[in-house]
Amino acid sequence: MAEPIIQIRNVSKRYPGSPVAAVDDVSLDIMPGEFFVLLGPSGCGKTTLLRMIAGFEIPTSGTILIDGQDMAAVPPNKRPVNMVFQSYAVFPHMSVEQNVGYGLKIAGVRGDEASARVREALELVKLDGLGSRKPDQLSGGQRQRVALARSLVMRPKVLLLDEPLSALDAKLRAQMQFELSDLQDQVGITFITVTHDQDEALSMAGRIAVMNKGEVAQLASPSDLYEFPANRFVADFVGSVNLFEGKLTLDEPDRAAIDCPGLGKVYLGHGVTGPHGADVWVALRPEKIYLHVPGKGDAIRAAAKDAPEDHNLARGTIKGMSYLGDITLYEIKLDSGAMIRVSRPNLSRHDQEDFTWDDRVSMHWRADSPVVLLS
Amino acid sequence: MALFGRQPIAPLEYTRKLWMRSWVGATLLFLYAPLILLMVFSFNDSKRNVVWKGFTLKYYEKAFANESLVEAMVNSLTIALLATVFSVILGALAGVMLWRFRFPMKSAVEGVMSLPIIVPEICLGVAMLIFFARMDWPTGLPWPLNLSAITIAHITFCFPFVAMVVRSRMASFNREQEEAAKDLGASEWQTFRDILLPHMKPGLIAGALLAFTLSLDDFVITFFTSGPDTITFPVKVYSMVRFSVTPEVNAASTILIILTIVLTAVALKLQGVKGIAETH
Repeated sequence: MAEPIIQIRNVSKRYPGSPVAAVDDVSLDIMPGEFFVLLGPSGCGKTTLLRMIAGFEIPTSGTILIDGQDMAAVPPNKRPVNMVFQSYAVFPHMSVEQNVGYGLKIAGVRGDEASARVREALELVKLDGLGSRKPDQLSGGQRQRVALARSLVMRPKVLLLDEPLSALDAKLRAQMQFELSDLQDQVGITFITVTHDQDEALSMAGRIAVMNKGEVAQLASPSDLYEFPANRFVADFVGSVNLFEGKLTLDEPDRAAIDCPGLGKVYLGHGVTGPHGADVWVALRPEKIYLHVPGKGDAIRAAAKDAPEDHNLARGTIKGMSYLGDITLYEIKLDSGAMIRVSRPNLSRHDQEDFTWDDRVSMHWRADSPVVLLS
Repeated sequence: MALFGRQPIAPLEYTRKLWMRSWVGATLLFLYAPLILLMVFSFNDSKRNVVWKGFTLKYYEKAFANESLVEAMVNSLTIALLATVFSVILGALAGVMLWRFRFPMKSAVEGVMSLPIIVPEICLGVAMLIFFARMDWPTGLPWPLNLSAITIAHITFCFPFVAMVVRSRMASFNREQEEAAKDLGASEWQTFRDILLPHMKPGLIAGALLAFTLSLDDFVITFFTSGPDTITFPVKVYSMVRFSVTPEVNAASTILIILTIVLTAVALKLQGVKGIAETH
């Protein structure tokens, strides 16, 4: 296995006068060529961690190694990493070319080599031909490309991106997500991105570290993060989820059952290795619940024979619905009084007419759909 | 209405309202009529500034021939230039310090620094007089060292203006730009030279203009700090006016007005008027 390009060892950051740590004993290994995302709500410490890698913040304790070298005494201008700032921080009094060439000028790269590298970087971010423009003649998306080119031209070992897409509109953001991934493939540089947007994280990342209150809540690939969240915070923060408290009544290597007062009896096709009778939480994603008219749906229910009778079933009344085009989202009041969210794909053009407010519905889900969370 | 091809006046179209136009006209008249009269009468072929008697340039010749007047003018320009240079350097440093650092007693430092702006000029003048007297500041030095006392006094009240302008300019600076420069390898000094200074430039030019004009036309403080051999232009004009306002004074004043207008125009040209306007 290759040596990690960045090693974060028990790093903490405390600001004077603040009782809680901004970053609390975080350890992470980031591999060369990886697209790594730090995901979390605002104030979770993700940006502080990124700024510590860049050198703009000094860790209170712990060490950061870049390419095996301790960065404790290395100032930001001597680190082999470059950063794309949230505001892009494009220099307004310099042209696009001067912006991109600034780092080279400082490094003493001049003449033909400098202009060739600037041209190459501008081509990479598809800004060729705009080199003589001033930043105020560019759109927000173009300014971001300037910031990207300005960092990439330095050929850093690691590129740090602080909320790179937050200032762009939705369409452009979706496009830039693909472009950033492509770019990363092309240049092969390690990318570390900070974001609070889970879509952004899921679509771009190779691995995601979800942060909460200064700690890493889970480190996993996008699909593992979504399908196998480690705790309630991750389940709730990444995507949308229904959470129900319950007691573990059966726990064997190949099956488990939980009794949830809110949801009913939940059956799983695998063990959870928790203490018997323990308080656990069941997380069930809205898209993993099948919705049907009571009675009529029992035929479908019969087809999913992976759970015993009376398990993985619920009944309720539709209290709210919102039609989103590709899916319809239902808010259903279960007979227990708890609320549950169910999404249903609109596979045909009339699917959204199947259910409406105050309809009685029954629901079921497969035995491999719920996730049991111990914390 | 449409019959006369006239659109009704919209609520915000102030320039099409008669009362607004007359107001603007009256304001401009009161502001500039005295100045224009002063300039016009500098060409008047009469000893008195009352009736127009005919065109002449002889008072300009007279003004240029008046050695003490020319000396006063040269003194004033020298002082203004020196005071501007030092005020800009000191003011820029003070402005950056106040913008950038947090330190104990910061608001006290800020208050004390803007004191020369607030304190009545007459008090500052008297204070300077006493200060230089107590210091036993050497007099009778060769030119331009004999102007040092006045120059120091001028720097004292000019640099806070520069500091204020620079500070307000820096308030619009995006700190991430500074970090971006360092991230790209720039040292502290390179960051200052390449990123901070260009951002500060309109503020520096506006501050320099302020300092220059404040210094050039200062009378009160200069009066208290000047000696018999260090007369500045405003002080000289004052002493000439005590006998009578001759067209010679008009001529000298006209030259000064034109000089400042040209200097201001050059400074504005250097930066672009837009840049200066953005400062405020």
